[in-house]
Amino acid sequence: MKPIAAVNDFVVKFANVNGSGSASANETFAKSILRHGVPISPRNIFPSNIQGLPTWFEVRVTEEGYLGRRGGIDMMVAMNPQTWDADVKELEPGGYLVYDSSKPMPKSKFRDDITVLGVPLTEICNATYTDSRQRQLFKNIMYVGALAALLDMDTEMIAGVIGDQYRGKEKLLKSNIHALQLGYDYAKNNLKCPIGLRVQKADKVGNKILVEGNAAAALGCVYGGASVCAWYPITPSSSLAEAFIKYCEKLRVDPVTGKNKFAIVQAEDELASIGIVVGAGWNGARSFTTTSGPGISLMQEFLGLAYFAEIPCTIIDVQRGGPSTGMPTRTQQSDVLSCAYASHGDTKHVLLFPEDPRECFEFSAAALDLADRLQTPIFVLTDLDIGMNQRLCEPFAWDDSHSYDRGKIMTAEELEAGKDFGRYLDVDGDGIPYRTLPATHPTKGGYFTRGTTRNAYAQYSEAGPDYMYNVQRLLRKFETAKELVPKPVVRKAGKATRFGIIYYGSTSPAMTECLDRLEEQGLHVDALRIKAFPFHESIIDFISEHDHVFVVEQNRDAQLRCLLVNEGAIDPAKLMPVLHYDGTPITARFIVAEISQRLSAFNVKPIKKGKAA
Amino acid sequence: MTYLAKPKLHHPTLPTNRLGYTRRDYEGRVSTLCAGCGHDSISAAIIQACWELAIEPHKVAKLSGIGCSSKTPDYFLGSSHGFNTVHGRMPSVLTGANLANRDLLYLGVSGDGDSASIGFGQFAHSIRRGVNMVYIVENNGVYGLTKGQFSATADKGSKSKRGVVNTDESIDMVMVALQLGATFVARSFSGDKEQLIPLVKAAIEHKGSAFIDVISPCVAFNNHTGSTRSYDYVREHNEAVNRIDFFPGREAITTDYEPGSVKDVVQHDGSVLRLRKLHAEYDPSDRLKAMNYLLQQEAAGEIVTGLLYVNPESEDLHAHLNTADVALNRLGAKELCPGSAALEKINASLR
Ligand SMILES: Cc1ncc(C[n+]2csc(CCOP(=O)(O)OP(=O)(O)O)c2C)c(N)n1
Ligand code: SF4
Ligand SMILES: [Mg+2]
Repeated sequence: MKPIAAVNDFVVKFANVNGSGSASANETFAKSILRHGVPISPRNIFPSNIQGLPTWFEVRVTEEGYLGRRGGIDMMVAMNPQTWDADVKELEPGGYLVYDSSKPMPKSKFRDDITVLGVPLTEICNATYTDSRQRQLFKNIMYVGALAALLDMDTEMIAGVIGDQYRGKEKLLKSNIHALQLGYDYAKNNLKCPIGLRVQKADKVGNKILVEGNAAAALGCVYGGASVCAWYPITPSSSLAEAFIKYCEKLRVDPVTGKNKFAIVQAEDELASIGIVVGAGWNGARSFTTTSGPGISLMQEFLGLAYFAEIPCTIIDVQRGGPSTGMPTRTQQSDVLSCAYASHGDTKHVLLFPEDPRECFEFSAAALDLADRLQTPIFVLTDLDIGMNQRLCEPFAWDDSHSYDRGKIMTAEELEAGKDFGRYLDVDGDGIPYRTLPATHPTKGGYFTRGTTRNAYAQYSEAGPDYMYNVQRLLRKFETAKELVPKPVVRKAGKATRFGIIYYGSTSPAMTECLDRLEEQGLHVDALRIKAFPFHESIIDFISEHDHVFVVEQNRDAQLRCLLVNEGAIDPAKLMPVLHYDGTPITARFIVAEISQRLSAFNVKPIKKGKAA
Repeated sequence: MTYLAKPKLHHPTLPTNRLGYTRRDYEGRVSTLCAGCGHDSISAAIIQACWELAIEPHKVAKLSGIGCSSKTPDYFLGSSHGFNTVHGRMPSVLTGANLANRDLLYLGVSGDGDSASIGFGQFAHSIRRGVNMVYIVENNGVYGLTKGQFSATADKGSKSKRGVVNTDESIDMVMVALQLGATFVARSFSGDKEQLIPLVKAAIEHKGSAFIDVISPCVAFNNHTGSTRSYDYVREHNEAVNRIDFFPGREAITTDYEPGSVKDVVQHDGSVLRLRKLHAEYDPSDRLKAMNYLLQQEAAGEIVTGLLYVNPESEDLHAHLNTADVALNRLGAKELCPGSAALEKINASLR
């Protein structure tokens, strides 16, 4: 078997033991490739345990900038004896296996069709360090050194990353560089370097940043002006709340008084976290919570109240595999319906679907504006794939001239001047009423907020017409939302086509790659990325302009498709689901295979490049 | 029942408080509760306390859960904002509201079902966080609004209207509040305004979580017939009345007794509450003693009323969170948004 040869286009996977200190070494490796000007797409694959269990880190090296998971492994760094067999098996034929060769391994433990590269990491460490912790820890950076030699990387780039990491910690910096060098030297002197996989300097990264979606969303909440946050720990959303704490401590402490311009409560459960957020929103502070599917289930009653009582609040749902506690450390887009129609009674909610950390930042900040403008819960639906993995994306941007949209709040002056205040009165025809904040005026504008029916002036009423007025107005408000939420983006195929694809959220990078591949094969399909619900008219138009539209999603039940059929009154036969839901991030390979197969049923066949159809 | 605002005819001779408000200015809509319901007496006590303290009505936020008791915030402080939230979850909403604006008085009104059954968790956690609030449980031992099922404060052994005997232990809210670190804990009786009004006033003045358990007989469903508390004869006499789905208007039960004394209060169904009013020399600064005393008197079949515990050095959640002195809801982009220059630095650190 010929060893795989590829420059700036391959996948390396690290198999580690959770808690062994490998994470930071792996990240150093990934970031160093970026410094070569070569895009990467790293992914953590981890079980929901803390210590002593397997964890994997996958790095896709991709000069073309395809940031979706590719599928298939070209190089395995097998550092976990427990998962050895499966790890070795996962390698592509012609792939490379890097392992700790300190202990001899029987030949049966390897494969004939791969290149085996042994580095006696334990042995070198034991010879170099006396402290047992150091012996364990430095193994990690040492294999990074070996990889640098094998992949022909510039060690200066790696040293640069380590330098940033340990700035001001001279001793640690030095010892890490030393370990790196030991690994590098061993590989150089004992193995045939470089191998078929190479990293070569390029200029494809530009000023992009590498960041986790959860950190980005947290920062979006800081910039968007959230001052109250309540949360209850749940993977994969906890790191969002933790990042919010970290950023607030850095950016939101008054330098003069030392006091916090934020309040964060780790609540006793998700019922309390959404309750706190609703209370704060009612009282005029921008507030948000973050959770995942099970938390959304618990918040249902409050979401109905917030919808009907018209309370601004933001919910960032980092989706994971469901139902129930499901696959807590795997990704899915499976809360679309439970969020869109959250709660009892007739309810509908605004959903935003960011595609990457950059949009996590943008949409979280936008959600806080939308919540105030629309006086309703706004959901930001990210997922584990975006949330807990570092993703290369455009740098964050903020327009300093942007002032927060606080929506329709009636002031004491307006009340004093005798302006008519009906809390649930539609004065502008957009379905959005005015609200007053508590303590606005000594005698005017006070009202009693309830989840039961009231008239336009917030007085208790069980009268049918009052109820109808309210819920019809809420529908008008939802119509207004269509124009306020982020608009979809369309990517036209090279040629006019009767086929379309609709996708959203974290499917985006895999779709970009998929569309390139389809186009290369002469399979022309127009694509539309939905960024929000309620659906903008242009989405419905896109569907009517095509005969067949694939809806690509990462859940079993084609949830967005349901929403399209239901809300856009679309003939279900027209919308063909393409579904990926095994808990791993969707790949271009998967979508291409599915779509070309479905297209062939319509007698549309791939062509070789350059040939006529 | 009426949905119309009460006409506020200001009589020129009505006394005014320091702010120039009459007692009327602290009233709300006409109550829709059963005539004689203890909850209405508590509303009256709240009105009186706020008026006497010259609280600016609009600087009060009234929050409640769901239940007859939770409806009452509509019936007092009509110019204040109120929020009738969801069943058992008033404490979290109040906590959030309080975080958003630390300058208001937060009045949480709840029932025993609302706080001891469905909302036991939220009650507990809001207390242990030290949210600065006055938390009043209007405790009738039943679910009034859903027609008389047992709540978690119903006495073990008591009989429901349908004849079902409660075999579950009852929760003593006051004991729990003490255990959870409430810094102001009191119990009273809805009909004892001499005791209740000063307690509500003291709770308002307290900074921290102030909890008052107010025993508040339900004229429709209060059927506690624990052996130590029942007047069998009166109860039998009443059964006929209770079986029909119609609640005749009754006089609210009132009482007035001396500190240090014990008073038996006959409820509408004939059951009796034996209240012991703390004597004037009782020292409310010792939490441990308070708990012991409560247990002792409970063993003797007595319900202790009065200010059981207060910690004058209490801290509240805002102190724990070190939040800014100015209310968070008054901060704008200038104070909250770090700006593009800071963002550039963050971008640089992510390359
Ligand atoms: C989630 C939910 N479950 C059940 C109910 C029905 N419910 C309304 S009030 C109530 C009990 C109220 O009891 P309590 O708090 O003691 O108030 P009271 O009426 O006795 O003053 C119940 C069970 C509800 N509103 N919401
Ligand atoms: S049912 Fe009971 S608690 Fe409810 S209003 Fe009537 S007397 Fe009061
Ligand atoms: Mg009750």
